Amino acid sequence: MREAAPLLVVEDLKTHFFTRRGVTKAVDGVSFTLHAGETLALVGESGSGKSVTCLSLVRLVPEPAGRIVGGRVLLEGQDLLQKSPAEMRRVRGKQIAMVLQDPMTSLNPALTIGTQVGEVVRLHQGLRGAPLRERVLESLRRLRISAADTRLSHYPHQFSGGMRQRVSSAIALSCAPRLLIADEPTTSLDVTIQAQYLELLKEVQASAGVAVILVTHDFGIVAAIADRIAVMYAGRIVEMGTTLQIFNHPSHPYTRALLRCLPDIEQGRRQLVEIAGQPPDLARLPQGCPFAPRCPERQAICEEQFPSAVAVASGHVAHCWAAAKQPELVGASGGGAAGAPPPLD
Amino acid sequence: MERQALPPHSISMKLEGVGLTKYFPATGGFTLGRAHGWVKALDGVSVQVAEGETLGIVGESGSGKTTLAKLFLLLERPTAGSLSFDGKETRAFDRHDLRRYRRSVQAVFQDPYSSLNPRMRVEHIVAEPLPRGNGVSRAVMAERVREVLQLVGLRRDSGALYPHEFSGGQRQRIAIARALVTYPKFLILDEPVSALDVSIRAQILNLLKRLQEELALAYVIISHDLAAARYLATRLAVMYAGKLVEVGACDAVYAEPLHPYTEALLSAALPLHPSARRPRIVLAGEVPSPVNPPAGCRFHPRCPRALPQCSRQEPEWKEVSPGRFTACHLY
Repeated sequence: MREAAPLLVVEDLKTHFFTRRGVTKAVDGVSFTLHAGETLALVGESGSGKSVTCLSLVRLVPEPAGRIVGGRVLLEGQDLLQKSPAEMRRVRGKQIAMVLQDPMTSLNPALTIGTQVGEVVRLHQGLRGAPLRERVLESLRRLRISAADTRLSHYPHQFSGGMRQRVSSAIALSCAPRLLIADEPTTSLDVTIQAQYLELLKEVQASAGVAVILVTHDFGIVAAIADRIAVMYAGRIVEMGTTLQIFNHPSHPYTRALLRCLPDIEQGRRQLVEIAGQPPDLARLPQGCPFAPRCPERQAICEEQFPSAVAVASGHVAHCWAAAKQPELVGASGGGAAGAPPPLD
Repeated sequence: MERQALPPHSISMKLEGVGLTKYFPATGGFTLGRAHGWVKALDGVSVQVAEGETLGIVGESGSGKTTLAKLFLLLERPTAGSLSFDGKETRAFDRHDLRRYRRSVQAVFQDPYSSLNPRMRVEHIVAEPLPRGNGVSRAVMAERVREVLQLVGLRRDSGALYPHEFSGGQRQRIAIARALVTYPKFLILDEPVSALDVSIRAQILNLLKRLQEELALAYVIISHDLAAARYLATRLAVMYAGKLVEVGACDAVYAEPLHPYTEALLSAALPLHPSARRPRIVLAGEVPSPVNPPAGCRFHPRCPRALPQCSRQEPEWKEVSPGRFTACHLY
């Protein structure tokens, strides 16, 4: 998996929103790579830029307020940011598919699910009639929609929340995409239904070999299904590594703080350590590290300059001045095959 | 903390529901306006909260958690069953009792963006539950407002501001201040941290814990977040499709769940570490319709350990071991 060329390379992606209050730097220099079949979790609070990163990948940033102002997005070597709108329409739904948070709003309430699943297959595969119907049934059955043939003529409101999310996943996976972007796919689901969905997602992912970018703020979901984790804060990736690396050796103070401030089902009444302060205003970001005002390990340099990537271990990088000083580091340039982001500035 | 606002009553107050039942008429479809059935939101739930303890109520959507909270807050009347406070039934309340109840049982809701009136100053929001016209001067009320604002970790002088000038976490502090202003004994917390950012949740959870210790409050925390419920609760009640399925000391329930639903629910909660994985029980199917719940045990169609009698006979509510109650034919 690691030897092959990466499926997706994102380099120094910058998406800014131009508003009356000034320039909001929603995504400000995000770089990562993703291999086929891999699951990368983008973790962060609201406003950290997770969702805008995903929208930028498929060029669906709400214009004209939002604009991708820099960087490259290479899908199998082709730069998506250079494509024409018509070419992008052929990428979306076919090579890159999305599952959004709330299936009640992402599905059209006035169309049957047969029509909605069929639309994407018809557009991208050019199927009609019986083969189209067969294909739609197949993709619904794969997501365990029982009695799929009678379900074709049903409307979204006739489905439960968990089933609706499976229908929208069926739409996403119907054209065998290379990359699936799942933006908080289980936030609107109950825990037992969430467990069902995650199990199914993992299974379908393994059989289809699709790479997944999972956007979430829930470290429990991340621990359960992600291969690698990118922790985002104020529009930047502050730490990235394999799931075990991040959970066992969190190297950025923000990651450490996040892991300590969440109640854990296994740990009962262990005292939670609060993170002081508020997430920053993206239109008025501090000059240096955006986490510096809340950081317990702040130094003088943190307020002046955003730290470049520091390799903590192979495939594990953190953007932190304090991490750079830790003695057990292997060096500031490595990063290994998992793709260290290039140093910023 | 002075408590002169509360008249002296029995030492230990108790909020006790017996057989609480709430049916809502099911309307809509072609029988517009006429009920064609009943949504059995809550069906025979008996639960009690003693002073100073924290009862966590967990369950999925449609399990009846919020309906139970509304009954506790007297926002809905039970269809059947009774709720008593300090030994007196709420049905028999006179005006004085009702006023005392409203003072003693307060609420904090999920979303501080919609639970605070955007056009009121914080000082008026927080002072709103205070009784007026009974000789308490404005100065005393204003002082009480400043006191509770400080208690929840806001600046004493933040009362002059409007809600939009505060962040989500601070707004939830305002909502907590409003609940505390009448010196309550019980707080009903309906998903108190679900709408907040993850890095802010710990602040509110720790605040709630500290307030409980300082003010000897009893909490009823309603949550679908099992980890948050576990963090605060001393006793845990698990609900499914309008019924209680299990009640017990929180740690005991987490360590050794009795009811198969509790077991599945807890196993579906994801621990915060990739290696700390419990054996997961993935339930098939969905939560049943509250209009037409399954006969017998409401969980039997999804239960991995169902017995033949589960589909016919409703299991009795019984005490399996001291302090541990469940309704299941396995015991």
